[in-house]
Amino acid sequence: MIFRISRSCFSSISVKLPPFKVHHLELDQLPQTATTTSSELLAYYKSMQLQRRMEIACDNLYKQRLIRGFLHLADGQESIYEGLHAGLTFDDCVITAYRDHCIALLRGDTPHQIIAEMMAKQTGSTKGKGGSMHYYKKATNFYGGHGIVGAQIPLGTGLAFAQKYLKKPNVTLIMFGDGAANQGQLYEAANMAQLWHLPAIYFIENNLFGMGTSIDRASANTKFYTRGDVIPGIQIDGNNVFQVRETLKFAKKHCLEKGPIFIEAMTYRYHGHSMSDPGVTYRTREEVQQQRKTRDCINYVKNIILENKVADEPQLEEIDNSTQNEIDIAVEQAKVDPVPPSTELTTDVYVDNENHFIRGILYKDSIVPKSQ
Amino acid sequence: MLRIAHKLRCGFAKMTVREAINSAMAQEIERDSNVFLIGEEVGQYQGAYKVSKGLYDRFGKSRIWDTPITEAGFTGLSVGAAMYGLKPIVEFMTFNFAMQAIDHVINSSAKLNYMSAGGLKTSIVFRGINGAAAAVAAQHSQCFAAWYSQVPGLIVLSPYDCDDARGLLKAAVRNPNPVVFLENEIMYNEAFEVPENVMDKDYLIPIGKAKVMREGKDVTIVTFSKMVKYSMLAAAELEREGISCEVINLRTLKPLDRNTIIKSLQKTHRVVTVEEGWGQCGIGAEICSIINETNAFFHLDAPVVRVTGVDIPTPYAFNLEELSFPKTHNIVEAVKLVLK
Repeated sequence: MIFRISRSCFSSISVKLPPFKVHHLELDQLPQTATTTSSELLAYYKSMQLQRRMEIACDNLYKQRLIRGFLHLADGQESIYEGLHAGLTFDDCVITAYRDHCIALLRGDTPHQIIAEMMAKQTGSTKGKGGSMHYYKKATNFYGGHGIVGAQIPLGTGLAFAQKYLKKPNVTLIMFGDGAANQGQLYEAANMAQLWHLPAIYFIENNLFGMGTSIDRASANTKFYTRGDVIPGIQIDGNNVFQVRETLKFAKKHCLEKGPIFIEAMTYRYHGHSMSDPGVTYRTREEVQQQRKTRDCINYVKNIILENKVADEPQLEEIDNSTQNEIDIAVEQAKVDPVPPSTELTTDVYVDNENHFIRGILYKDSIVPKSQ
Repeated sequence: MLRIAHKLRCGFAKMTVREAINSAMAQEIERDSNVFLIGEEVGQYQGAYKVSKGLYDRFGKSRIWDTPITEAGFTGLSVGAAMYGLKPIVEFMTFNFAMQAIDHVINSSAKLNYMSAGGLKTSIVFRGINGAAAAVAAQHSQCFAAWYSQVPGLIVLSPYDCDDARGLLKAAVRNPNPVVFLENEIMYNEAFEVPENVMDKDYLIPIGKAKVMREGKDVTIVTFSKMVKYSMLAAAELEREGISCEVINLRTLKPLDRNTIIKSLQKTHRVVTVEEGWGQCGIGAEICSIINETNAFFHLDAPVVRVTGVDIPTPYAFNLEELSFPKTHNIVEAVKLVLK
C-alpha cells in the first residue's frame, strides 16, 4: 500500500511501510513510514535497474560460455542490496556468500570490473583469480564473496568483534540465506555475539529455497527471525527497499547500544540457485511469474514514481535504456580485455610472495625466492 | 623475564618450553595492542595446559578471550577479526579439535590472499598441542603436520626447545600470513638453558630456516618437535659406537628448508627422517621426494630411511602406545640401516 501523505515543495514523499513481525522487540519501536524524495526515488530506480541488467547480462554471457563455473544470480533481490546501501555506510562492514555481484557493485566496483572478473579477464575485480564467488573491497569494508555456505557467518561476527575491539561506531551486516540458516556455525557465532554484545546484524535473505529444498523441508522452525533465541529479531519484506533501509538504520542503532540482532528479509530469486538449476523443478513457472507480476522490487519503486508524478513512463524508459547501455558497454569492453598473464598463476599465494618457494608441476618449474 | 625464568649464571636463564611460549605471547600482546589471545580456558582457567598462565591477570578480558566450546565459531570469528586488521592468536586445546574448524584455517584464511588478488589478508596464528601426548588414545593423539604443510598460503612451524618456541612464535605473530604453530605437550615440561638474547622482546628466528643442532659427518637426521630430543639421544648413543650424526631441527615445516638438508647430505651422503606422524604423505615422504627431485639424489650413498609413527589410530594401553611412536632405539636402528 502506498499513501501519498505529504508532498512539500521539497518533493518529500512519505511511504507507508509493510507490517513488521518482531521477536523480543516491541512493534512500536519500529517506524511505520519512511520518507523519500523525487531524486532519491529515481536514484533507487536507476541503481536497481543497473543491478538487474548486470545480472541478466551475466546470464546471457554464461549461456554463451563466456562465463564459466559457478554463477549465482540475484535478480529479484535488488531492493535488499539497495536498502543496505541506503541504510548503512562504507564504514559498516558487509559480508556475504556467493550471491555477491550486486553488493560488489554497490560497494564500489564498476559493472566492467565485475563482469570482467566473471569473464576471467585481467581487468576483473580480483584480476580474474577469484571469479563470481570472490569479490572483495577493503576500502569500502566489503569482505566478500565466500564459497562455503555459512562460513561467512563467523567471519562476519569476527568483523563485528574487531569493530568493537577498536571502538568503532560501526556495525557488520552478515548476510546469508534460508539454506545457511541451519548451519551450526551460525549458532556458535551468534552465541558469542550475544555474550560479548557484538555489533552484528544477522541478515537472512529468505528466498524460500536453499538450492532446491524448500524452507519447510529444511527447517523445523521456518521463523528465521526467531532463530536467534534470546537475540531480538525482525521479519520484513525484503522486496521493499524502504523497509530494508529503515530496518537497517534501526538495527545499527540497536547493535551499537545493545548487541546483535536477527533480520529476516522475505524475498524471491527469479533464477534458480545457480545457472545449473532451471529453478522450476521445485517451484512452478506460474509461481515465478506471479512473483514478477505482484512483488517485483523495481516495479514497486516504479509505481511510487508514477503515482507521485516524479517521472513518467518515457523518462523511466530512458533510465532503463541508459542502464542497459552502461552494461552493454561494460560487456563489450570486458570481451576484448586480456586474460591474466601466466605470471599471475603464482602471485598472491603469500602476502610476501617474493619470499616463498612455490612448487611448479615439475620440480624444475618451481618458483624459487631470490634468498634461496 | 626473570620472574618466570630462573637465572642460573650470568647471561643465562632456565625455563620450560611452556614458559617460553607464555613469555613470547606476553611480550607480543604487550607490544601490539591489536594482538589478542582467544580460545577455550585460556583466560580465567589459566590455560588448559597452563600455557597462558598469568596472562588474563596481567592483560584482562579485553586481550585474553575465553570462548565457549565452539571451534568452528571462534576460529571463524578470529579469521574475520584478522580480515579487519587485528592479530589473533587462536589457541586450540589440541589440534585434534581444530578439525572442527579446519575449513576456516584453509578456506577462509590460507586461500584468502590469493582469491582476493592481494586485497584481503589474515595475519593470524593458530597454535596448540599437536601429536601424541600420553595415554590420551586415538582421538587425542594425531599429528597434523603433513595436512597443514600441504596448503599453499599457510606457514607451518613446529618448535622443539625454548629458543625455537620464543623465536618462532614471535616471528609468527609478526608475520603477515596465517601461521599454524604446532606445539607438543610432552615438551611443555622440558627445561632448557636460555641465553639472555633469547629473552629479548624482539628475539626472532627466521621462518624457513632449519637449525643444525649437532654437527656430524656420517648420517644426516632430519626431524622436528619432540623427535629432535630422541634424535639427539640417538646421536649421542651412536657417537659412542663411532658413528657421527648431524641432527637437523627443521623448525619450519612449510616452507621446508631444502637447502640446509641438501647441504648436509652433500657432506654425509646418508639421510634418516624422523617424525611421529603417520608415514603416508608425511613430512619424511616429502623430504625423500625433495632429495629425489634435485641433484642431491646423486650425493646419496643409500636410499633415505624414514622413521614414522605406526599406521594405526593410537591405542590407549601404555605398552601398545609405546610401540606406536618412534623412540631413540628406532632412530639408532634406522641410522645403522642407512649405513649398511
